[in-house]
Amino acid sequence: MTLSDLTQRTSEWLRGVGPMHDVVISSRVRLARNLAGMPFLRKCTPPQQQEITDRLREVILSANLAEGVFYVDVAAAGTLDRALLAERHLISRQHADAKHPRGVVISGDETVSIMINEEDHVRMQVLRSGMQMHDAFEKINRIDDQLEQRVDFAFSDRYGYLTACPTNVGTGLRVSVMLHLPALRLTGELDKAVHAARDMRLAIRGLYGEGTDAKGDFFQISNQITLGRAEEDIVEEFLTQIVPEILNYERKAREALLKHNRVEIDDKIFRALALLRSARRLASEEMMALLSLLRLGINLQRIDGIDLKTVNELFLLGQPAHVQKIHALRGGQEGPAATLPADERDEIRAEFLRRRLTEP
Amino acid sequence: MMKKKCDKCDKPATIHLTEIIDGQKIEKHLCEDCAEAEGITIKANIPISQLLEDFVLQTVGEEEVSTAAVTCDVCGMTFSEFREHGQLGCPNDYEAFHEQLLPMLARAQDGNTQHVGKAPRRAGVAQQKQIAILRLRSRLKQAISAEQYERAADLRDQIKRIETAEPERASE
Repeated sequence: MTLSDLTQRTSEWLRGVGPMHDVVISSRVRLARNLAGMPFLRKCTPPQQQEITDRLREVILSANLAEGVFYVDVAAAGTLDRALLAERHLISRQHADAKHPRGVVISGDETVSIMINEEDHVRMQVLRSGMQMHDAFEKINRIDDQLEQRVDFAFSDRYGYLTACPTNVGTGLRVSVMLHLPALRLTGELDKAVHAARDMRLAIRGLYGEGTDAKGDFFQISNQITLGRAEEDIVEEFLTQIVPEILNYERKAREALLKHNRVEIDDKIFRALALLRSARRLASEEMMALLSLLRLGINLQRIDGIDLKTVNELFLLGQPAHVQKIHALRGGQEGPAATLPADERDEIRAEFLRRRLTEP
Repeated sequence: MMKKKCDKCDKPATIHLTEIIDGQKIEKHLCEDCAEAEGITIKANIPISQLLEDFVLQTVGEEEVSTAAVTCDVCGMTFSEFREHGQLGCPNDYEAFHEQLLPMLARAQDGNTQHVGKAPRRAGVAQQKQIAILRLRSRLKQAISAEQYERAADLRDQIKRIETAEPERASE
């Protein structure tokens, strides 16, 4: 498995299936762990960081956690490859940009990824399409059990699993969903969802998690409390209290749009499709906005012949590093991410989308 | 640490305020006299623990200076270093900074300060052992930088011995 292979296929979590897939793009569960008897990353010497990387790589690869697992030495990977992994949510942006020894183990279907030496020694995640939080949690819990048979994680009776940042201490568990909320934005009711989430002490972020703006129509919502609650309760509370509420707001807003503003919304959707099918240059932000409308159109059954999977895929393949990688694989020059000028990238992106949305 | 001067005069500031106005964070540092002139009165009935909790990420007079200097004797991290970067240096910091972390944790974790979730199936390296290993590792680091290789080798052996010792099994 090479990183170039990744651009040739789609991650499981983009299939556009799973419960509530009209609003919930994907569910993600992650656990933070640190090796017992080792300082946290900040106080590790470079040789210690290397030791942690080597040891965990061996432990994780030998644990048979999933089909077709492979390892990427992130420290040795090029800028473009690192950006590619971050765009696919297989590593965080912080992990992509760091300088110290680090790596990631990824399952063949990309639903499992285990970052070594992110903020904590181990950050493992399971990503699933639609609302499949229970499945994702069961899977990550099993992986954690399997790893715990092979290594000891820093743990205290009082504080639970010890993490570099106290905001993760205890369970080390972060559950999140990626939501598509176009109707709430169009009806100007986005604040409702944001407030509902904040009232429940949940964090709302942009598409790429920590440090990214919640702009456009895509949001990541996650729990913030990690201590003093059992894992199952955190998952359950998230599933039964907050997500249905926001889902409900979005679906009601969609109904209202169809009922009261049908022509207006159709106009937006079909203009978006027309632009995607004919534009000669597309910046990634514009693409996101247009694809969001297209996705809404499919979910409202205003558009036939294009499926959710295709749209979800285009969201990913149209990201800057993917555009560049795909271009390179087609015989273009491959170089560091900065070498392809933005307007050239916008041209390639426009051509790629045009082709994918006009071909029968 | 430099003590802040009053924004209005040259006296040391003893009152520190953070106001959020239209989403803009504005910090004020005043001496008592200037604060009074500005019409700011400090309620005497706020318990100091409450004040510390509210201002734990900011500088609050002299009390904070001693807090900032609290150091973990295992990894050498100071509390002020933690506040600056938001990341701890080693598992023992949770003990070393226990007093300072507790109010922060309570605030960030909805009042919870006791783990009730999953615990490792096997006891693995017991807590005290974990700390012992950490301590040895920090000595090892020092030994290597001081080029005391014999001592380093000895420390490495000690670490290995503890790590490979039969873990105590958790009672099911």
